[in-house]
Amino acid sequence: MKQILFVVYALAWFSQLAAAQQKTPPKVKPTTKTAAKLVAVSAATLTAGKAVYTQNCLTCHMADGGGVERMNPPLNGTTWVLGDKTRLVKVVLNGLEGEDIDGESYASVMPAFDALTDKQIADVLTYVRNSFGNKATAVAPAEVKAIRAANKK
Amino acid sequence: MKNHVFRYLLLPTALVGSLSLLALKTENKVVADPDNAGLKLPAGFGALKVAETGARTRHITVTPQGTLYVKLNRPNKEGKGILVLRETTGGKAEVINGFGSYGGTGIYSVPGFLYASSDEDVFRYKLNAKGEVTNPTQPEKIITGLINRRQHEGKSIAQDKAGNIYVNIGAYSNSCQVKDRQKGSLGKPNCPVLDSAGGIWQFQADKLNQTYGDGTRYATGLRNVVGLDWNAQANQLFVMQHGRDQLHDNFPELYDTKQSAELPAECMYALKKGDNAGWPYVYYDNIRHKKMMAPEYGGDGKKEATGNFLEPAAAYPAHTAPNALLFYTGTMFPEKYRNGAFIAFHGSWNRAPEPQKGYYVAFQPFKDGKPSGEWEVFADNFAGSPEKATAGRPDHKPCGLAQGPDGSLYVTDDKQGTIYRIVYAKK
Ligand code: HEC
Repeated sequence: MKQILFVVYALAWFSQLAAAQQKTPPKVKPTTKTAAKLVAVSAATLTAGKAVYTQNCLTCHMADGGGVERMNPPLNGTTWVLGDKTRLVKVVLNGLEGEDIDGESYASVMPAFDALTDKQIADVLTYVRNSFGNKATAVAPAEVKAIRAANKK
Repeated sequence: MKNHVFRYLLLPTALVGSLSLLALKTENKVVADPDNAGLKLPAGFGALKVAETGARTRHITVTPQGTLYVKLNRPNKEGKGILVLRETTGGKAEVINGFGSYGGTGIYSVPGFLYASSDEDVFRYKLNAKGEVTNPTQPEKIITGLINRRQHEGKSIAQDKAGNIYVNIGAYSNSCQVKDRQKGSLGKPNCPVLDSAGGIWQFQADKLNQTYGDGTRYATGLRNVVGLDWNAQANQLFVMQHGRDQLHDNFPELYDTKQSAELPAECMYALKKGDNAGWPYVYYDNIRHKKMMAPEYGGDGKKEATGNFLEPAAAYPAHTAPNALLFYTGTMFPEKYRNGAFIAFHGSWNRAPEPQKGYYVAFQPFKDGKPSGEWEVFADNFAGSPEKATAGRPDHKPCGLAQGPDGSLYVTDDKQGTIYRIVYAKK
């Protein structure tokens, strides 16, 4: 009995270790990665998202999503892009100023894009979360709608 | 350094020691890197990488003894915001220490003193006869409490010959819109930013704890000035403005992406007390050669500006970000460079979808204290390749300029922290 228990413990320990090693980059919540496998992102969404990006975001965050040193933060691998979707959608709805991004400060402002539709915001964020080396779940228009409704400042 | 050596060599009394001096001279000879540090230069010039600091090196100054002081944008791992480099061999230098716990941009030296700025204050350090700072931990605070809203926050500094110091206080806004950088947002009436920023303020170089009330708003309507220098011939302050951007993003029905990439010019201004360069009401169109009304304030891309605004002294390609200005007074470079202006263009990010541009040091010829003739690219390829430049992904971004005691031109790069030295190989 004792031996069996040991084996169970050992297995649990090993699987935890394996899970920990899979977290790349380590800052990102593990849920995004596991969930990403479950949701396929359609090519149409990515095309639509790219168009919104080119029109509204590219100037500052650049074509490769790499941002501009000290001015505009990168969109690849940041905790903001890959992390909590509510916080992410709010960046687009409200803009952002004076926040440090993963320990760096940026000397510019992000304007609010509340004039974009729920679908446009969902598309562009889905595109960003699946471009520039990012891999994360899609953002649905319904999610944007709910966040916008609760966002009334 | 070299000049001193030559002078001694000419003295007959020094001839006795000439052997050892010759040895010293060869040892201190400036040797250009085989690839000129990756730079493209006019014929006869060479360049070397003086040091790789790995820090965000902004402005730089060199003392008559050849010691380099470099201001860092953020304190380095050791918590130092100013690096001290001493010359080693072949014209190179090494970091010997650092001081000052604050980040910032501005730094310059005059005999006896070193001035450096954080994003709110200006400090003064004492320099001894060897060019060493004697009070690294206890500088005098000359100016304090300047506005810093994390946008155009660098307080670049320069000094005239009459004991006045000039400080850039950049506008914490792109074009004084009600909502900064927001599509369609119009300008705030009577732009309030200009009360405490968007201009050059003048203070005394030797008085402690001065703030707004103690200084004078010397010139207004300047969005952000990173490069500035006193021109001794004209006895006048010259500044390089970073022009506004996002004309297309914010007013797509008035400007296409191409116009947005090419407008407005980055302007050089020769300032007199009381001048107004027009920001945010006006921008300079370098295709029409006209001051135009900004779209935030009733402009439509075609309406010329009215009002008493300063004419630029010279204009350069849009968004290329002039981060340093230096009037060259040395004798190492050929005659044509004497009293002309070197300008370090940090390079653009806001020209997309058009190719990005800049990442070079330009030369603007001057005659009798005024720009005279066409500017030219002097040192090119800080980017590493034309592709890296057009993609806005340069290897290096030139940011600071200084003239060495022998007439060498030092250039900093705030991307990788490389410090360059450009020399002219006589004959
Ligand atoms: C005018 C320039 C500008 C534009 C246009 C712009 N941003 Fe930003 N963005 C910024 C700046 C500056 C920050 C950082 C603000 C801060 O540090 O407080 C930022 C932050 C962000 C962040 C959070 C930090 C990060 O890098 O992960 C995201 C996500 C983001 N932007 C996405 C977008 C998207 C999507 C668009 C287009 C809909 C867009 N931005 C358009 C300048 C811009």
